[in-house]
Amino acid sequence: MAAESGKIDPMHQFLVEPLAGRHWEIAGQSVAFTNSALWMAVSFAAIWLFMMGGMKRALVPGRWQMAVEGFTGFITSMMDANIGPAGRKYVPYVFSLFMFILFANLLGMLPVALVGAHPFAVTSHLTITGVLALASFAMVLAIGFAKHGFHFFSLFVPHGVKGPMAAAIFPIELISFLMRPFSLGLRLFVAITAGHILMEVLAGFVINGINSEMWLGPVVSLLSFTLMIGITLLELLVAAIQAYVFALLTSLYLNDAINLH
Amino acid sequence: MDAEAAKLLGAGLAAIGVGMAALGVGNVFGSFLESALRNPAAADGQQGRLFIGFAAAELLGLLAFVVAMILLFVA
Repeated sequence: MAAESGKIDPMHQFLVEPLAGRHWEIAGQSVAFTNSALWMAVSFAAIWLFMMGGMKRALVPGRWQMAVEGFTGFITSMMDANIGPAGRKYVPYVFSLFMFILFANLLGMLPVALVGAHPFAVTSHLTITGVLALASFAMVLAIGFAKHGFHFFSLFVPHGVKGPMAAAIFPIELISFLMRPFSLGLRLFVAITAGHILMEVLAGFVINGINSEMWLGPVVSLLSFTLMIGITLLELLVAAIQAYVFALLTSLYLNDAINLH
Repeated sequence: MDAEAAKLLGAGLAAIGVGMAALGVGNVFGSFLESALRNPAAADGQQGRLFIGFAAAELLGLLAFVVAMILLFVA
């Protein structure tokens, strides 16, 4: 703990530890119920409660229904703008993706440590964000090849490029296409990890400042605390922006698969 | 030079990349605002492109951060 030793340990918060079923195994691999799984379950429960409270189809919507419709309308209009009418089929997938990332990000920011629970940001692990990114990428490949067959490869040759130039551009476009799942997963994972490290370090400054013997300590604490309020607001913004960027890029990649160019 | 010291120096140098990404992200939003104030009617339609530019600029800074973390904790 940072408070007792006086040394700040910003990586401890990302530790995945089993909560139940420490000895559950499938084919030699541990399948324990970890804190990561717990917070994913909490995210799903929160999304379920939020959606159930708002899916009323009232003619004059109440506040809750307006909130849910705001989210669905936001994603639907984004898909319409980026893909067009053919994109309506994929709205549920992108909406689920957006809501899960948004709720996981925001729940990871909750100060539940005040009541003794250990907060855990699910999206701060590349295993989670990487699987989400691979799911998007697999969908793009499946839809692209199902819709266009081998004509899908024309995606890698921009319009009007001919002859030797096309031969040079093809591998470049192919590599940039293959890098998509990495950049998609890495962006979310690093943005959340960096934010949580920053907040942990600042929180360590506050606690160490109060505990220090020097007269300057409380001054440092107060300044760090003020900065931390601002950083927390910034992290809330980043949590929303990263969820939006993930959904936006997924919709753009789906557009490539559906409409080619 | 001691290998441990070289790692810490490298991680510190990688932090320059994070600062450079700050320039990039600032440029994206600055340019957007500059032109959005000239033609506010067209600004809302470009929000998707704004965030694509933001995501691309930000990713490179995050990669610099990853390099720093790998040097500190993995290498």
